[in-house]
Amino acid sequence: MTDYKHIGKDFVPPDILGKVTGKAKFAEDFRADGMLFARLYTSPIAHGKVTHIDTSALDGMDGVIGVLTADDVPVVEAPNAAILTNTPAFIGDPILAVAAVDELTAEEAMTRIRVTIEALPFAVDPLDSLIEGGPDAREEGNVFVRSREGSGFRTVKWTAQQISEFRAGKEPTGEFVNEWSYGDIESGFADAAVIVEAPFVTTGYAHMSMEARTVMAYWQNGTCYVYASAQSQSFWMPGLARLLGVEMSKVVLISENTGGGFGSKIGAYPIAALPGYFSKQLGRPVQLRITREQEYYIGSARVGFQGWIKMGFAKNGRMTAADVFIIEDIGPNATGGDGSSAGGAVSLVYDPAAMRFRGLPVLTNTTPRGAQRGPGQNQIAAVMAPLMDKAARELRMDPLEIRKINAVNSDTRVYAEQRPLTSAYMKEALEKGADMFDWDAKYNQPRRNGNKVIGVGIGQGYHSAGTKGFDGLVRITPDGKIHLHSGIGNLGTYSYVSTTRAAAEVLKCEWEDCVIHYGSTEANLPWSSYQAGSVSTFTHTRANYVAAMDAVSKMKAITAETLGGSADDYDIDGQRVFNIHNTRQGMTYAAVAARAIQLGGAYSGASYPDDIHEITQRAVQNIAGTGLIGVAKDNLPQEGVIPGLAAAFVEIELDLETGKYEILDYVGIAECGTVMHPQGLAGQMKGGAVWGMGMAGLERHVYDPQNGLPANVGYHQCGIPTYLDVPLVTRTSAVDLPDPQNPFGARGIGEPAMGCSVAALTAAISDALGGHTFGRTPVSRDMIVNHIAGRPQSFKPQQTNNF
Amino acid sequence: MPSYDVMPDVQLFQPAEVDDALNLVDQYGKDGWILGGGQDTYGWLKDRAKHPTALIDLNGIEALHGIRETVDGIEIGATTTLREIIASPLINRDFELLVRAASRVASPQIRNVGTLGGNVSQDARCWYYRRGLACYRAGGNICYADSPQGMNREHALFDASRCVAISPSDTATALVALEATMIARSVNGSRNIAAEDFFVGPATHITNMTSLESDEILTAVQIPSRWAGSRFYFEKVADRDVWDFALVSIAVVMKMDGDTIAKSRFVCGGVACTPYRLLDVEKAARGKTLSDESGDAIAALASQGAKPLNYNHFKIPLMENLVRRAMRG
Repeated sequence: MTDYKHIGKDFVPPDILGKVTGKAKFAEDFRADGMLFARLYTSPIAHGKVTHIDTSALDGMDGVIGVLTADDVPVVEAPNAAILTNTPAFIGDPILAVAAVDELTAEEAMTRIRVTIEALPFAVDPLDSLIEGGPDAREEGNVFVRSREGSGFRTVKWTAQQISEFRAGKEPTGEFVNEWSYGDIESGFADAAVIVEAPFVTTGYAHMSMEARTVMAYWQNGTCYVYASAQSQSFWMPGLARLLGVEMSKVVLISENTGGGFGSKIGAYPIAALPGYFSKQLGRPVQLRITREQEYYIGSARVGFQGWIKMGFAKNGRMTAADVFIIEDIGPNATGGDGSSAGGAVSLVYDPAAMRFRGLPVLTNTTPRGAQRGPGQNQIAAVMAPLMDKAARELRMDPLEIRKINAVNSDTRVYAEQRPLTSAYMKEALEKGADMFDWDAKYNQPRRNGNKVIGVGIGQGYHSAGTKGFDGLVRITPDGKIHLHSGIGNLGTYSYVSTTRAAAEVLKCEWEDCVIHYGSTEANLPWSSYQAGSVSTFTHTRANYVAAMDAVSKMKAITAETLGGSADDYDIDGQRVFNIHNTRQGMTYAAVAARAIQLGGAYSGASYPDDIHEITQRAVQNIAGTGLIGVAKDNLPQEGVIPGLAAAFVEIELDLETGKYEILDYVGIAECGTVMHPQGLAGQMKGGAVWGMGMAGLERHVYDPQNGLPANVGYHQCGIPTYLDVPLVTRTSAVDLPDPQNPFGARGIGEPAMGCSVAALTAAISDALGGHTFGRTPVSRDMIVNHIAGRPQSFKPQQTNNF
Repeated sequence: MPSYDVMPDVQLFQPAEVDDALNLVDQYGKDGWILGGGQDTYGWLKDRAKHPTALIDLNGIEALHGIRETVDGIEIGATTTLREIIASPLINRDFELLVRAASRVASPQIRNVGTLGGNVSQDARCWYYRRGLACYRAGGNICYADSPQGMNREHALFDASRCVAISPSDTATALVALEATMIARSVNGSRNIAAEDFFVGPATHITNMTSLESDEILTAVQIPSRWAGSRFYFEKVADRDVWDFALVSIAVVMKMDGDTIAKSRFVCGGVACTPYRLLDVEKAARGKTLSDESGDAIAALASQGAKPLNYNHFKIPLMENLVRRAMRG
């Protein structure tokens, strides 16, 4: 294994001190002279048309400065989320905003507003809309298809019999709108020794960002300054500028710290533009901090599934065919796309010889959906795990063995296109986890002890974990400092800084001499990927690598030009460029930087590559002449799917009288190539484990179908796991085998870290109950109690968004 | 629809004497709000679901605080925190049942500030009611939970009357089991209320969960010695192990006569609008030994008369199982 100076070593990220001392500034901590406070008025009904807004009671009210309605902001075409709307499609849809001198006044003003809304039919369960005669969540239809060939509304209805058969667990026969396949699934099923077929439901639930989204904005000389709770930094810019209706060069985004996004703040969300419009109207800075309750309305949620799956297995356990059908609950804004991703995950993780995916995205009048950690992959991971165990039981195989024989590896071809992978070592992850967990002993231990029973489970997680083509930017100044510019965004995962260590590694410099620039457009940040989708590590170690390589190349050229010889005569170390034939001859980085300023051109950033993004161009223009500039677009070779993988092992003790279970042991193994940042990786694996435990047993949307009311609009009601609901010790490790398509061998891991957990725990609950599969997440206490007591479940089969 | 998270303007009174507090309560009546630990106060006010004009903070009144041994048991001041109850050697010695119940309230942070008076006086946790909807309990004429498709997993099996909300207090079950007495005072004097009568259902009072009048303050809880050192059993089943309300809980006191139960009180939480006495179980338990067989023999009596709603019939086997566990030797 390569002996790196920085890669694979722990370090102290620069934002840590602020977070532990309370000095870190989040969006709501910023103030500007004359700043007003805005509050949102949202829809009290699930679907309707605003016919009248009466704000006359605010006339002359002390401290109330202005009102912003949907008529004051650009119209957004349905079903996309609007900044403000006159056609609310869920309870909590923003209708107007009030700005006042303080938050209390803004809230008092809210009580005096009268909004008349004409009610329209609504649906909170896709099947209620899909059935013939059922209500449509939008007047334009109940299905929205997003595709490269064209997007649009559709109205899809199934007969009552088709719905009834689907509820009964039979293969869906109703219309669907998405399909892909590879291989011959009929032959695959014909060749199978065992066939497993099951319906399933995975209920959606909130992202639950601790920081309720806040945005403050003001205008200065035609530029809009936006202080936002943002998951990404540079990636927000195009969308934010588009929402504000200005050129990107006229927007400055400040986002130093963000209190969680989890997929809900990847790009600029609609209300991020509201303070900008309000500020323009009122001529004063405006801050919008939504309430905790409103974060549950517009803070996004995981897509729910109602589906059916059929899998065939050969005698040796190999999956011969998989057939997956998923109805997606895509909320009112047709966001998500989780269904096909789930199908992709089946293809990649279990490598069926043949596969078909069919999908139907159905609109509901529930909270808007969005990508949530492992969108699609993690729902299907939970569905698959107990079914794999069921197949193993029927084949008389060990659950570990059936997973190993189907484990994705570097030669696997995936998805409809049967694409190659950069590398994959799931089998190694399973074996490492089994060893740490002592699988054989735990699997074969006596299970029953009075009213307690032991269950064990294995879970596998996957998400694509990288992309390419983004920019890197480094700068060395005459004081010898190495400036590493990171445009990813500080979500709290520290990858905004851990990826810059790739540049420090190339530059062979001391970390103490590095200065990390992040958190504001004015920090001159390069064009970067979204801080999501587990892509940061793979993508930005590459981008930092190419920028640093550019800097090294320039430093060698400058030194050769100054001291003689050719660039090839020089190498770097100890923050010096030295002659490899006479190591005493050389220049310090500081001296090279000063010389770069003198020489100008590409050395100082006066010129730059044509292929870098306009955001990077502006950053380089701003810092040109301050030192030696290393800047490049990542044009490194890259082919195939970049997988992030993880495996987890769980042992629980389930009380057959109360339905409660205690998680006795948890082992999570990351398969993410070279480990970049051990503490960061452990944080991801442990945080993902807890999240998965919440999804497996606790978290879900609940809506009253009679009025569209959501039951859970707070932390308590949403049931996130607490300290005592998770194991005392969560053990993690990594396979740590390098990926060949990253300069340091690194891939991402964020999302699989959760998928493996929800899958393993769901499997362990099933195992404890003798292999009973609920076909549903979460598996709540009441479901377990009812099952053990031989009572029917309270909900209709395939019902969703319910207790 | 407005949404709030800023405290409204409200007058704050911090009396140092009980009489001063009683005068304030008398003066403000329904417009006054008695403040203990605040854990069932600030949410209501921030959500603008309740609109008191005056907060009367009892925490500065020394006489309302602390744990005292009396001639016949103990007296616990209403503003004594749950944490103090859990740590009390006296209560641990004689009434460990209450310690076990208090230990399962909410979270350590809430137990540090939450008071016994507040815990037993807290309002219904029905999610419809807490949203500020105009249901029966809020003075309206509908129950959203008890409706054809109402989402009522956490609601009552017994004694519903228009409202199907449950009593959410963990300590309430223990206090009813221990035959505690609640001391209520007003400017007109003092009332001693048996714990069993302190908690009232919707048939008695649709908008109050206790029998406290608007001019009264719960000043103390007295626990008689008759159950001191008895055999106790407490268990709470909730979705989560911290910061959650009981799906079903049980508090049991037993006097043993050798190996057999001479007398007992079984009280369930989470199944009715008040702590729910299992009278048939108590009768059947008399003379029984503690064993799995005894539990099996009487468990089904626990749920007799249950009227499950759409989503809560799981509470029937759950409460039966908790009886079984209480009967285990």
